[in-house]
Amino acid sequence: MNDSSEKQSGLSVLDRPNSYIGKTVPRPNLGRLMQGRGQYVSDMVLPRMAHVVFLRSPYAHARILKIDATEAKAMPGVIAVVTGAELAKVITPWVGVLSHLKGLKSAPQHAIATDRACWQGEAVAAIVATGRALAEDAAELVSVDYEELVPVTDMRTALDPETPVIHPELGDNLAFERNLDAGAVDQAFKDSDEVVEAKFVFGRHTGVTLEPRAVLADWNSGEERLTVYLGTQAPHMVQNIAAMHLGLDEAQVRVVCKDVGGSFGIKVHIYADEMATLALSKLLRRPVKFVADRVESFNTDIHARDHVCKARIGVSKNGTINAFEIDDVTGIGPYSMYPRTSAIEANQVINLVGGPYTTQNYRARTRVVFQNKNVTCQYRGVGHPIACSITEGLVDLAAQRIGMDPIEIRRRNLIRDDAYPCGSPSGLKFEALSHHASLDKLIAMMNYDALRAEQAELRKRGIYRGIGIASFIEVTNPSAAFYGVGGARISSQDGVAVRLDATGRVICQTSITEQGQGSESLTAQIVGSVLGVSMGRVRVILGDTDNTPYGGGTWASRGAGIGGEAALQAAKVLRKNILDVAAAILQAKPHDLDIIDNAVVDVQGGQQRIELHELARVVYFRPDTLPPGFQPELMATRHFVPREYPFAFTNGIQASWLEVDTQAGFIKLLKHWVVEDCGTIINPQLVDEQIRGGVVQGLGAALYEHCIYDERGQLTNANMADYLVPMSGEMPDIDVGHIVSPTLDGELGAKGAGEAGTAAAAAAVTNAVNDALSPFNVTVTEIPLTPRVILTALGRI
Amino acid sequence: MKASAFSYTRASSVTDALDLLALHGDQAKVLSGGQSLMPALNLRLSAPALLVDIGAISELRGISESNGVLKIGALTRHVDILRSPDIAKHAPLLTEAIAYVAHPAIRNKGTIGGSLAHADPASELPACTIGLDAIIVVRGRNGERRIQAADFFTGIYETVLSPEELLVAVEMPVAKSNSAHFFHEYARRKGDYAIVGLAASGILEGDVFADLRLGFFAVGDRPLLAAASKHLTGKPVTASMLADAQAALDAELDPQEDQQASAGMRRYLARQLMARCVATLLGRPELDARPRA
Repeated sequence: MNDSSEKQSGLSVLDRPNSYIGKTVPRPNLGRLMQGRGQYVSDMVLPRMAHVVFLRSPYAHARILKIDATEAKAMPGVIAVVTGAELAKVITPWVGVLSHLKGLKSAPQHAIATDRACWQGEAVAAIVATGRALAEDAAELVSVDYEELVPVTDMRTALDPETPVIHPELGDNLAFERNLDAGAVDQAFKDSDEVVEAKFVFGRHTGVTLEPRAVLADWNSGEERLTVYLGTQAPHMVQNIAAMHLGLDEAQVRVVCKDVGGSFGIKVHIYADEMATLALSKLLRRPVKFVADRVESFNTDIHARDHVCKARIGVSKNGTINAFEIDDVTGIGPYSMYPRTSAIEANQVINLVGGPYTTQNYRARTRVVFQNKNVTCQYRGVGHPIACSITEGLVDLAAQRIGMDPIEIRRRNLIRDDAYPCGSPSGLKFEALSHHASLDKLIAMMNYDALRAEQAELRKRGIYRGIGIASFIEVTNPSAAFYGVGGARISSQDGVAVRLDATGRVICQTSITEQGQGSESLTAQIVGSVLGVSMGRVRVILGDTDNTPYGGGTWASRGAGIGGEAALQAAKVLRKNILDVAAAILQAKPHDLDIIDNAVVDVQGGQQRIELHELARVVYFRPDTLPPGFQPELMATRHFVPREYPFAFTNGIQASWLEVDTQAGFIKLLKHWVVEDCGTIINPQLVDEQIRGGVVQGLGAALYEHCIYDERGQLTNANMADYLVPMSGEMPDIDVGHIVSPTLDGELGAKGAGEAGTAAAAAAVTNAVNDALSPFNVTVTEIPLTPRVILTALGRI
Repeated sequence: MKASAFSYTRASSVTDALDLLALHGDQAKVLSGGQSLMPALNLRLSAPALLVDIGAISELRGISESNGVLKIGALTRHVDILRSPDIAKHAPLLTEAIAYVAHPAIRNKGTIGGSLAHADPASELPACTIGLDAIIVVRGRNGERRIQAADFFTGIYETVLSPEELLVAVEMPVAKSNSAHFFHEYARRKGDYAIVGLAASGILEGDVFADLRLGFFAVGDRPLLAAASKHLTGKPVTASMLADAQAALDAELDPQEDQQASAGMRRYLARQLMARCVATLLGRPELDARPRA
């Protein structure tokens, strides 16, 4: 598909006059959002719209003996009270497994629990009323008789024979297990001068989107069609799932995604309560809206992480890393989430540990267990922060053991920049990474030697500061290898349609979605650049299964690399078509013409020949003046999926500089640096802010965020006062630098940047804390790093 | 979540408010800045039949000083305390402490009377009133009561205020030329409720505390005026006096365990805060040496 003449001349379609590529330009949607004119699902009102409130189980595990809704049904404004059993007549249950995750098992999950609630917060009845407050009033009057069952809460004992099995028909609480043994691990450890072991603990946390999940379902019985307004990252996936379980054809379901207030992976799933809302609309033949409140969000938005991993590293005195070995366990709640499953994060941990390093000796086991807590699934950086914290924690411990500087051990073991293409022991294929260039740039940015000197000087005065380094790789631009090969109807390709309208402006429909990260902007930048049209004249339409090409959406850092490439290719075709028309009108040859600044010009000399609005006028209103037999096509569609590599890996490195108050146990973040390589950068500001936002979420995991369950499976901090999100007061300045290694799997060369920040932030912080505390001979490998954890490690409490 | 249905009325005067409270008793709740009450209503943790909004009673608003007494009206907002030159001059502890109360949006609405009547044991202002030996003035239909701050708070969200009374003002002696104050709290993030905090004021005669009031908060079910300060007054503080004071403090604390801290961690941090306070007020950093490796 590449135009070889352009490649040879060193000019791609992007290196054009007035190109927007590589430029910070304002996002097209900024004005609308800043003026409060965005449209979120909770803003939407339809005629006869009802509101649903879900009554949720107060127990982590309980049999539902009886539901009495008599009183509730008599309350003012109440339209219906619907139990799980009643709703099951309209919507079928699902099982969250994928065939490429061999052995993954789960139990059928209903939209509303039918006979048993398996986590605190699972819906047991739906109360539909004319207003949310009225529905809440009625919900207080629904009486449910429960028989409390023994909850399984501790993942470390979930597989013990004396622990009850949550789904007896599955035989045990093991959802998934994967083992990997590559190279000669035992020999490598035997040959090592030092073997260092540690146990890494990762708290459960969640995404906390500013806008909670919200859905408005509108079953139109006249059309026999369901319109679903949903803040989602994957409209076509939702269309497929909704149709399948409601007994409809996909053509009977339209998913519309308007503005979305943050997603981070939280909104790439379809939730039981959202499915229930769709079913209620069909059952009641009227629009039904559900907006999760903050307490519900904490109890039902997918959680993530929650791993305990024993790990060891073998190292020679000369700094050579000989082997990694991990034994990981994670608790995922009572069901594997549908349709992407809850085994992906553990699978990613296995894939990614040791990924930046040359050693090919690697053994890994992960076990994914059921428990009576909220479900876990894919959240920003899936598996990356865990794999990175384990790997980089081990590398630092090894360096400390052999008395080597953390920079030096990395220099000796990171895959060389000229070693590509190459692979990892877990089977990952790397096209082109830049670990050493990134490391060099980081050292320069942070002035490493000066920082070490400052650290030593302060230590003499009893001030304990630490430097933490963490290299990482990031999975982006996933092909069908993620979900499609496992049987999920989740598209890995995306499509873009571009057309020139009758006034010379451009309308662009794309299957990627926008949740605040700038999909709309990058699409307009690419299309405007390739076409030679001002960005302000490009209108981008996203998030509507009726009105965009079929595609995956925006997740797994795929929007720019896959949707952006499709936009580039579609715009190239449209450009050619426009030049064909221009050549016909001007009696010129297409290759003598170009489009610059909204007008067709001569390649030689740049003289303007015809403006696009004039060309469009001729095409649409005076086609009779065109040569006989010539049919202009001012609309073009192209689709794209990477084919050479299953994933476009990116890489980077982060550093943290912080101070530990050894008296009170508090950590003060002083500075954070990131160097990353996402290939071609389309909009530097969007990339930098993606990185910073990702870092902040990683810092949240490192220091603050934690879904704290008690031993009865009760989530004890489901509110914004007790669940601590990172806030600006505690965030350090974050400097971002770039190395650019474009992927050749496509013409754009862009890889993803959405998760790089999250991948290594916690690892850098943990390493910095251990560096700060090294004079005390203290090592901490548990996040979040709370004052209690620090004080306990220091033996002060 | 949405609040349960409730009735709402806006009182035009203190007398009007007191009549309404007398009529509705514990069915009514006083709405001041709403920064604690509104979330509680929305979470349905509280479902009063009637809200009596006192926001329009201008006589409850404002800061004044006369005859060595600083008076702050109950409706005075946190932001007004933060910016008041009178507070900065006569009760600088409050100026310092108020910056730790939540965030600007909350400080713009929240009131001192609301905070004191709410009596959250982890909040800053109740401890400040204890540290400053303030008097809390409440009014009922039968007249006014003047209550020592240390006697006002009786438990978690509990005070001696009856449902038919209104907290109208807080009064405190103005700072003297040899007054000194200290405020610090340990919190996970700026603006969070404290894990442990200390609002202290003292009178310094040379290098000796003539008086020292230590108002600890988030160490029990109410703010605590630490009796342990008696070990630190009357003569120059020594390391062993400080150790005695810390031990005495430990004995009078009854901290709760929660997600942020165990009871033992709270005791530890309270002892550290005491040392930090004494070292700061006396300008003697050696009394609060950081642990060295």
